[in-house]
Amino acid sequence: MLGWFDENLVSILNGFAIGALLFVLAVGLSIVFGMMDVLNLAHGAFFLVGSYLAVNFVAGDSWGGFLAALGVAALVGLLAGGALSGMTEPLARRPVLDQALLTLGISLVVAEVLSIVYGNDVRSVSPPPGLDTSVDVAGSAYPAYRLMLIGVGLVLALAVWLVVERTSVGALVRASVADREMVSAMGIDNRKVKVAVLGIGSMLATVAGVLAAPVYGARPGLDETILLLALVVVVIGGLGSIRGALIGALVIGQVESLGRALLPDVASFILFGTLALVLIVRPRGLFAGKVAHS
Amino acid sequence: MLEVRGLRSGYRRSTVLQGIDLDVAAGQVLGLLGRNGVGKTTLVHTLMGLVTPSAGTVRLEGRDLAGRRPDVVARAGVALVPQGRRVWAPLTVTEHLDLAARRGRGRGPWDAPRVLELLPRLGERRRHAAGQLSGGEQQMLAIARALLTNPRLVLMDEPSDGLAPAVVDLVGHAISGMKAEGTTLVVVEQDLHLAFAVADEIAVVDKGRVVHRSPTQEFRRDSSVAHALLGVA
Repeated sequence: MLGWFDENLVSILNGFAIGALLFVLAVGLSIVFGMMDVLNLAHGAFFLVGSYLAVNFVAGDSWGGFLAALGVAALVGLLAGGALSGMTEPLARRPVLDQALLTLGISLVVAEVLSIVYGNDVRSVSPPPGLDTSVDVAGSAYPAYRLMLIGVGLVLALAVWLVVERTSVGALVRASVADREMVSAMGIDNRKVKVAVLGIGSMLATVAGVLAAPVYGARPGLDETILLLALVVVVIGGLGSIRGALIGALVIGQVESLGRALLPDVASFILFGTLALVLIVRPRGLFAGKVAHS
Repeated sequence: MLEVRGLRSGYRRSTVLQGIDLDVAAGQVLGLLGRNGVGKTTLVHTLMGLVTPSAGTVRLEGRDLAGRRPDVVARAGVALVPQGRRVWAPLTVTEHLDLAARRGRGRGPWDAPRVLELLPRLGERRRHAAGQLSGGEQQMLAIARALLTNPRLVLMDEPSDGLAPAVVDLVGHAISGMKAEGTTLVVVEQDLHLAFAVADEIAVVDKGRVVHRSPTQEFRRDSSVAHALLGVA
């Protein structure tokens, strides 16, 4: 057993790194869908915007460009989320599919614009100085940047959990996930909550794009790949659940990494097999936050 | 205080309310009775802004609220205790009270200590998630949540629904407490004992219209009216 663990340690750590990234990406998607029934299919495109911002800003041997990319990506994400909230508002009383089609359209336009601006080649991004080396982990060499990614993911997960579970703002978000009509009936304007949550969720997506750039680079199609993984995380974890998003992200991270390492031919089947299994056993996800009226 | 004229409302292609006319005076408790499916809940939802009316006016102290969003209606001073309670299951009792109090603080007589004095059981369950409470406790929480917004008008939709008789008595006690503070109430109720115990007047809804209205004592005296309109003796 220990031998198997040693042999696959790198894949397991990679799974945690992917899981950390997926959590940052999926948590916003999950809360917005759970709370407002807005299936934001532009989430992957926002991630890709973050990756290309890293391409733009990260240059040379300094932290400045990386930090600048993170700052600009956070701002762009906030504004994009706010704008998206405004665009989906006229469709608020329409079926979920109408809003999903709108966000899909936005996603396609953003991806096409990025393709025109940056071309169709894969653009790579270097990790910031000090993190562009490998460190020894239980006898295996492992990229320092990916270790940092796991740490950042865990810190962000803890921060999001604390905000959502332990603050009055978080209580408002959870109440909105459970029954937003009753939140509105308390005198709270749901639209403002939606702007804030979509803004912060989109900010997390663009920031995740910057963080992922030294691992995945930036390329056309990455938005779709990453959106698909995030959607699987949301479905497995359950709509609107922070805990579900975290556990779903960690599970999918391992399925993606360990699955591809051990069973490369059937890795995709394992991913969607996991999804199908969860849907059969618990159709509302493992930790659904949305509840029916009592 | 509340003036409703010619209110028509419904869902998609079906019109449930066929022109409701209703007046409720300040400080009054109006019991709204009627058979299942006659439009009582639709009326409450339309008054609260959860359903958009197709015609008619709703005025609260002169301000037109017809078709306004629920948050606007709530800020105008209307609170809802909905059918089925609709508490936020993952939130604790304290979180419910805090969220509600944020809107109502300093706007009237109700604050958390006073509400817990009226509904003491909630004080013992402060740290529990609403989803873990009994039906009666959830009803108390739904009432507390509404009261803490310090409303001028409370709409209660079937507050006794699914509750044990002893708990229904507690609901009646809470309604009396609200009435004593001068809060105006519209109480939709199937439980005639509760309706008769708390209401100053009874209005009966049938086929989307108010078809009868009289003081509670008069309504109780004339059992033929209750029989004809509600199907009870």
